[in-house]
Amino acid sequence: MAAARGLRAGGCYRCRRPLSSASSCSSSGSGRAAERPDSVGPGFRPPAHSHSDWIGPPDKLSNLRPIIFYVPPEESALERRLREARQEAQASNQRFWARHNRAFHQEKEEFMYSRLKAKGLEMRDESGQKATLNAEEMADFYKDFLTKNLKKHLQYNRDWYKRNFRITFLMGQVALVRALRWLRRRKKNVEQ
Amino acid sequence: MSAARSCRPPRAFAGLFLWHQRNTGAQQIPCRFVNLYRVASNRLITFQYFNFLKRMYVTQCNKDLSQRAKPKSDSVVSPFHELHQLDQEKKVVHKISPVSPIPQSWSEMSSRNELTEMKSAAETEDSVIPVGAESKEDRQWKEMKLQLDDLPGILARLSKIKLTALVVSTTSAGFAMAPVPFELTCFLLASLGTGLASCAANSINQFFEVPFDSNMNRTKNRPLVRGQISPLLAVCFAASCGIPGIALLTLGVNPLTGALGAFNIFLYTCCYTPLKRMSIANTWVGAVVGAIPPIMGWTAATGSLDAGALLLGGILYSWQFPHFNALSWGLREDYSRGGYCMMSVTHPGLCRRVALRHCLALIGLSTVAPVLNITTWTFPIISLPLNLYISYLGFRFYRDADRSSSRKLFFCSLWHLPMLLLVMFTCKKSVPEKEDKGDLPGGSNEMAMEIRLP
Repeated sequence: MAAARGLRAGGCYRCRRPLSSASSCSSSGSGRAAERPDSVGPGFRPPAHSHSDWIGPPDKLSNLRPIIFYVPPEESALERRLREARQEAQASNQRFWARHNRAFHQEKEEFMYSRLKAKGLEMRDESGQKATLNAEEMADFYKDFLTKNLKKHLQYNRDWYKRNFRITFLMGQVALVRALRWLRRRKKNVEQ
Repeated sequence: MSAARSCRPPRAFAGLFLWHQRNTGAQQIPCRFVNLYRVASNRLITFQYFNFLKRMYVTQCNKDLSQRAKPKSDSVVSPFHELHQLDQEKKVVHKISPVSPIPQSWSEMSSRNELTEMKSAAETEDSVIPVGAESKEDRQWKEMKLQLDDLPGILARLSKIKLTALVVSTTSAGFAMAPVPFELTCFLLASLGTGLASCAANSINQFFEVPFDSNMNRTKNRPLVRGQISPLLAVCFAASCGIPGIALLTLGVNPLTGALGAFNIFLYTCCYTPLKRMSIANTWVGAVVGAIPPIMGWTAATGSLDAGALLLGGILYSWQFPHFNALSWGLREDYSRGGYCMMSVTHPGLCRRVALRHCLALIGLSTVAPVLNITTWTFPIISLPLNLYISYLGFRFYRDADRSSSRKLFFCSLWHLPMLLLVMFTCKKSVPEKEDKGDLPGGSNEMAMEIRLP
């Protein structure tokens, strides 16, 4: 059924172009980009016969899964708007979380270093194992980090909700258009 | 006398214990009571789309026996091992893992199972140094095509089916405690309607939280995060559960229950979910969300919002705090990084105080129950050891504020609630007099009619 097809995961927005965001390329491993300088996004290439989007493993920094969108040859304006909205959302999310997580890990390292130093310990003990602080000692850091980033999160939340609603609404429109098209085609076939 | 008692719904409490089993399966709960139902609950899981639960249960048992052979972080670490600049990151993640067992034991064991399923191919090749690294990476790319075979499992995870089962069982408890003769159809309609409403609310919650769920260990294997289902389909599923569910409650049960159901969905999706990232007040709102289902069960049976309904809601409300605060104690890192405003992160002292306060409140509420004629006076007496024990653990958590005390409190809360509800049900004040009196007027009317007719 066209409705089911339209509702299918990702809505099959046919964009064979990988992510155009440079930041995602850099964050998902500089090694890969160096090997394939022509590919802007991740190194994976979906098989040529596939007409759907492909979703990859979580990104190392942002923990978000990148999607390679499929561009159908006769992509309508509505479908293109949807695909672009999804690409933009993906890029924006990737930027935010990569930066945020990097800051988290960096600040966490700094905190651990300063605390360990205060305790008179080194970052690595004799056996080369990394010294750690337990959860109670880290609690101060978690509290500070959260309070510091609260405003940033509020802004991001607003942005994310807006994008999410817009994308889902566009998906609904595309699904509806496809369903109607399929019904019209079926009616024509039946008449013939 | 026991017309009311004979209408006791055994399945409701089997449901309670089924839920109980799923969640406590991994824990060495030294409760013989639990063991009695272990076999029964295994057999109860027969639906095909519950298969993932069955697998989870078996896996948990095995892990228990082998003392958690593999720490969770191993499966998390595997995609990282190629990146050298993130070496530190990886080590850090590895070390933090001991804190996270609390959420693992809760309803997210299935996520770990899926993670291991998904990464099993990847992991077996991890030991091979990056010769085939790219192809392994490539194999992790999945086509975003909806597989109809997987759809039941996906929808079950989307609707947080285990949490839904818990919610339905608290509704059944509310229904069972209502002082009216038991009606099976009403009970089934109320349970079904509540279940559908809960599925809808949970789906919308997951729809809103995709990027945040990706960043938390506990939730990173949800269907929307993994791209197994599109957001549009998730919303359609939520609508197709929520609308019939509320309609069923409003038309099939009574409008009050329907209104409560709709309000609860609104509270959960539009208040609790966004509030989680804005203020610690979300915990209190969430506690109300948890308290409404038993109230719905009661109103489904009686049609009115009595003091008894509010008491039952109050007990569930108070229970949420030791349960959630203890759980959140072990998730502080994920909450901090994910941007969730939880008491355990920002106001740790308040977190523990509130947990203890509400453990003690449970004692008070149990004492109020006979006053409102819901139970006999045996209930506060029998439930006192239970409530004292959880209060003791709450006090330990308050004083020690460490991982072990938080875990103990959390696991206690898992069996404390079903036990408390069961004891409450067994001490329920029976409603025999009304029925006997009800028979007499009918009988005498008949006799009167007989006399009148020539």
